[in-house]
Amino acid sequence: MSGMSKIVKTISSIAFPFVMIYGLYIIAHGHLTPGGGFQGGAIVASGAAMILVSYGSVWTMGKVKEKKLSILESTGAIVFIGTAILGLLFAGVFFNNFLFDSNLIFNIVPVKGSTVGILNSAGTLPIMNFAVGLKVVAGLFAIVLVMAYATTKMGGGKK
Amino acid sequence: MNDILSILINHSPALIVAVPLFGAFLTPLVGMINDKIRNIFVIFITLLTGFFTVILVNEVFTNGIKTYCFGAENPSVNPVVRIFFEIDGMSAFMALIAVILPIVAVIYSWGFAKEETGQSKYYTLILLMTAGILGMVLTGDMFNFFVFLEITSISSAALVAFWTNKKNSVQAAFKYIVISSIGALMVLFAVAIFYGQYNALNMAVIANNIGFGFLDKIALVVLIAALTMKAAIAPMHMWLPDAYSGAPSPVTVVIVGTTLASLYGVFRVVFTIYGKQFLTILRSFGDFAVTPSLLIGVFIVVLAVLTIVIGVFMALKSNDFKRMIGYAAVAEIGYMILAVGSAISTYFIPTGTTTVTMAEHGKMALTGGIFHMINDALDIGLLFLVAGAVYYATKETSLNKLGGLSRKMKYTTVFFLIGLFAVSGLPPMNGFASKLIIYQSTYQVNPILAIVAILCSIMLLAVFVKVFHSAFLGPEISSTKNVKEVPKSMLIAMGILAALIIFFGLFPEFVITNIVEPAKNALLNSSEYISAILGGV
Amino acid sequence: MMTFNIPYIAVIGLILVGLIAVVFKRNLIKIVIGITLIESGVNLFLITLGYRENSIAPIYTSSPGGLMSLPVPQALTLTSIVIGVAVLALMISFIVHIYRHYNTLDASKIRGDEE
Repeated sequence: MSGMSKIVKTISSIAFPFVMIYGLYIIAHGHLTPGGGFQGGAIVASGAAMILVSYGSVWTMGKVKEKKLSILESTGAIVFIGTAILGLLFAGVFFNNFLFDSNLIFNIVPVKGSTVGILNSAGTLPIMNFAVGLKVVAGLFAIVLVMAYATTKMGGGKK
Repeated sequence: MNDILSILINHSPALIVAVPLFGAFLTPLVGMINDKIRNIFVIFITLLTGFFTVILVNEVFTNGIKTYCFGAENPSVNPVVRIFFEIDGMSAFMALIAVILPIVAVIYSWGFAKEETGQSKYYTLILLMTAGILGMVLTGDMFNFFVFLEITSISSAALVAFWTNKKNSVQAAFKYIVISSIGALMVLFAVAIFYGQYNALNMAVIANNIGFGFLDKIALVVLIAALTMKAAIAPMHMWLPDAYSGAPSPVTVVIVGTTLASLYGVFRVVFTIYGKQFLTILRSFGDFAVTPSLLIGVFIVVLAVLTIVIGVFMALKSNDFKRMIGYAAVAEIGYMILAVGSAISTYFIPTGTTTVTMAEHGKMALTGGIFHMINDALDIGLLFLVAGAVYYATKETSLNKLGGLSRKMKYTTVFFLIGLFAVSGLPPMNGFASKLIIYQSTYQVNPILAIVAILCSIMLLAVFVKVFHSAFLGPEISSTKNVKEVPKSMLIAMGILAALIIFFGLFPEFVITNIVEPAKNALLNSSEYISAILGGV
Repeated sequence: MMTFNIPYIAVIGLILVGLIAVVFKRNLIKIVIGITLIESGVNLFLITLGYRENSIAPIYTSSPGGLMSLPVPQALTLTSIVIGVAVLALMISFIVHIYRHYNTLDASKIRGDEE
């Protein structure tokens, strides 16, 4: 598809960093407030879809190769399962939370009840949130990109 | 050495699901290096999963039920909050089936998918399907079962549409994903009913507290309808010939595993979760009492007879090689359900006691049904691999255009002969052993069932002999003049399945006492399942 | 007393309309919309089960205290929404391929090569 007019391109390129920071905030605070990996990843992916619609799929396919999205997605999944297997190796059970109350990062144990949230707590959860967020961004953006590109080729040959 | 082995056995339920999942996400990265290294890596991952499954199955068959808790070493049982994997005899039996099929499929795909594009994604999806089926049979938590069911149906639907340049595959995949998705959403509806009533998602806790009120009846009906829709029992069988024939042949072998795992879901719901309520009297007409076991048993037997008859008659009139084997697969599933349904309908309370038992011929029927599950997986798998070999050599699937293939493809002809004998129940193959048990036991429940089963088995033999004569024997047709024998990897895969079929056929006593009996005892013993987690309540 | 049953009635309504759309409509995209309606109905059923009367959201960060509604059905619903997104994306890609082969979206005109 071809892009839209110059006004739309300017406004969407101004709005995109704000959308990305908002999505990253929701991924990073997943263990304190509502949100987490999938929700934040969906927000960043819809920001990227906004760029795709306003600039056109031909321009976007020139800037982003589909192979790099595939590598990003695989990396996210490997980090997630790797953390689970590390729980098996270090502390005895699969998916064990081995960073909770230890001496590495993310180890503060918050008090029970209503607190102001501490970002440095809750063990392996923030790591898994980031892995899932990376995977969701790469996956949803790849889906939207390939569908937009496929509809431009509808009149021509096969994929 | 013994120490490491016992640590591996203790953690094997988690490793069986984690290893294919990890391998599935590593495959695109490995595939960017080289093609051959990726194929060897995928075969190594499936063989590793097979090794873990064999040591776990050995442990369960000798030492009883094994449980595994995710995320905590000493989980609390009052209330149960963690996700548990609970492996009893029936789960171990299904895990054996579910790991042989992908090993054979991956070895076959080395030769079959050599010139296709997008092979990395193909192997990734096959490994994801393996992880999904193994998770579905090992889990002890209802919502976990739903998640693995969806993983399996999504990846198998994507693989059915692998040949996107053919009309047949894409429309079959669309039908398959629509029916799978509605079935899975209905399973989620029933899980939500269970959670709202008992505040628990664990199968053992639900089985301990279940009643038979109005909402439980709705949940039972919805679960049986949705899971039998996924297991292709008439009248919901229409997606199966389309999906089995539209997919590439090694993929069909793994989808057979999916169908059998949904059938396992039906058995788990009926026998274990509703096991305590089998003999509450719903309504009594004088001396004759209507109980849930009688109702469920009769209903399943009626569906089974319908399935067998529809499968065999549609196979008679079919003209396409793969669709005909698909209809034969529908008929074979009907045999399994016939045996298990007639077993359910024979529950009774002996005079003088208060415990429920199953009659002796009911137990024999249950043994026959469970034995038929593994036989059917091997037989239909071998037949689809032969059909794939014929397609690879001649690029034709219509029976009108095949002829005289036995002159050039000798090994394939021998394998098809083995598969033919096994499906129609002739000695010395494994189909004969299990079908004999089914005939004997269903005759004692009702003679008409055994007569229908034997007649349809004979008709299945007639169908396959017709195909064998027209496609393999006979004079050569000009379009199939220069076919060659298929590559070695495909022959090795077919050889593994044929060797297992002959071994099961020659020593059925060994297989029944060591593999099928623990599964049957585990199904009949729902209180042992409950007390393995709740600790003797 | 009757007003607390309205979400359950809405669930039944959504699932019924979705099933009617899947069974009786012939356009492929309307079938996909019907499946989305069934999924929305089941998700609504899951969330409504966790509500307690006069409760607040189950978040511990700076919460004013009091009875909290159950958090487990919310996690189940989130998983179900993610699965629904994946299934929807797959179904729409299949529709794109079917349109390229058959040039129509009418379900009664799409047949495989049957015998």
